[in-house]
Amino acid sequence: MRKLFAPLTIVAAAMFAYAPIMIAGAPYESTMGLVQKIFYFHVPSWFAMFTAVFVCGIESGIYLFKGKASADRIAAAAGEIAVLFGCMGLVTGPLWGRKSWGVWWQWDARLTMALLVQLTFVAYLLVRKFGGPGSEKLAAAMAIFGMFNVPFVYMSVNIWRTIHPPTTVIPRLPSGMPGPFWFSVAAFLLLCVLLLVLRTELEHRRAALDALYLEEE
Amino acid sequence: MTTFRRVALLVLRKDVAIEVKSLEIISTTLFFAVSCVLVFAFALVREGSIVADAAAGILWIAIAFSGTLALGRTFERERYAETLRALLLAPAPRAAIYVGKLLGIVLLLTGAELLLVPLVALLFSAPFFARPLLLAGLLLAGTIGFAAVGTLFAAMLVRSRTRDIMLPILLYPITVPVIIAGVRGTAALLADGPDDAAAVMWLGVLSMFDVVFITLSLWTFEPLMTE
Repeated sequence: MRKLFAPLTIVAAAMFAYAPIMIAGAPYESTMGLVQKIFYFHVPSWFAMFTAVFVCGIESGIYLFKGKASADRIAAAAGEIAVLFGCMGLVTGPLWGRKSWGVWWQWDARLTMALLVQLTFVAYLLVRKFGGPGSEKLAAAMAIFGMFNVPFVYMSVNIWRTIHPPTTVIPRLPSGMPGPFWFSVAAFLLLCVLLLVLRTELEHRRAALDALYLEEE
Repeated sequence: MTTFRRVALLVLRKDVAIEVKSLEIISTTLFFAVSCVLVFAFALVREGSIVADAAAGILWIAIAFSGTLALGRTFERERYAETLRALLLAPAPRAAIYVGKLLGIVLLLTGAELLLVPLVALLFSAPFFARPLLLAGLLLAGTIGFAAVGTLFAAMLVRSRTRDIMLPILLYPITVPVIIAGVRGTAALLADGPDDAAAVMWLGVLSMFDVVFITLSLWTFEPLMTE
C-alpha cells in the first residue's frame, strides 16, 4: 500500500479536479434545478462515512477478540474519518434542505439516523480521548455496538417518519446523472481509503514511538 | 447450563440482599425519577393541560435518566469495595455474572416503574391502564434493552476515571431506538381509541433490539472484562 499511496493520491486529486466538470455537464433536475447539484457531494460523503463506520466496527471486533493492536489503530483512524465525512454530510444536507424543503432541519428518518450514527462515533472519539487508561476496549465495544445499532436506528426512525428521498432514487436516476454521481462516489471512497491509510500510518508511528520511549525508560 | 443459571441467580440474590438492606439505590433512583417528571411537567404543561403525547415521553425520559443513575450507583458499590474483581476472579462463567447483574438492574428499574407509571398517569390524567398488558410488555422490553447495554458499559467503566460522564455519553446514542420505540408505542396506547397494532409493532422492534444487544453483550463481556 505504501508504494501505491503516492500514485493513488494523484489519481484522487485528478478525480476531484475533474468531478466539477462532469457535474457541470450533468442535466438539471426538473424541479430543484441547480440546487440539486449538491447531491454529487452530499450522497458520496455518506457512502464514505458508512464505509468508515463498518471498517471501524469490524476492526474493533478483530481487536477485541484477537487482541491485535494494529486493528485497534485502524479502528481509531476509521472512527475519526467516519466523523469527518459525517460532518460533510451534515453540513451539505441542511444546505440542500433549506433550498428544497424550505427548512434547515427536518425530524425526518434519514436525517435523524445520520445524526445519531454521527453522535455514536463522536462518543467513540470522546471515549478514546478522555476515557483514561484501558479505554481502547471500551471504545471498541462502542464501535461494535454502534455498528449493530445502525439497522435499529434506521428501522425505528423509518417507521417514525420520513420525507427524505428514499435510497431507491439512486438506481432510477435520469440519464446523464448516474455517470457524474458514481464518479463522485468513487472519488470520495478513494479519498476515504487514502485518509484511512494515512491516519493508520500515523497511529502506527505513534505506537512505535511510545514503545521506544518505554524501552528508554 | 445449571452452573450458569446458579451463578446468575447468586449474583442477583447478592445484589437484592444488599439493596433490601440499605434501600439506597431504589430510594435515590425513585426520588430522581419523580423530580425528573416534575421538571418536564413544568416545561410541557401549558394553561393547565399537557402537550399531546408528552406523558409517554416524560415517562420514558424519567426511566432513561434514573436508569443511568441506578446503573452508575450499582457498579460504584462494586468498585468501592473492590468486589467486582472478586466476582471476576470467581471460577464462574463471566457471562453468568453479566446476566446476574442485568437481572438485578431490570428488577430495580421495574420496581421504580411500578411507582412511576401510576404517578405519571395520575399527574397527567393519561389513560395508561386502558391496555395494561401491552404497556407492561413495552415497559419490560424497553427496560431490558436499556439495561442490557447499560450493564455492559457500566461494568466496563468501573475502572475508568471519567465513568460518571462517560456512561451517559456512551449509553444514550446506542439506546435511542429503545426510547423511540418505547415513546411511540406508549403514545399509541394513550391515543383516543388505543392503537393496538402500532403498540404491538413497536413491541416487536423492542424485542428484536433486546435479542440482538443481549447476544452482543454476552459475546463481548468476556473479552471486555479481561484485563
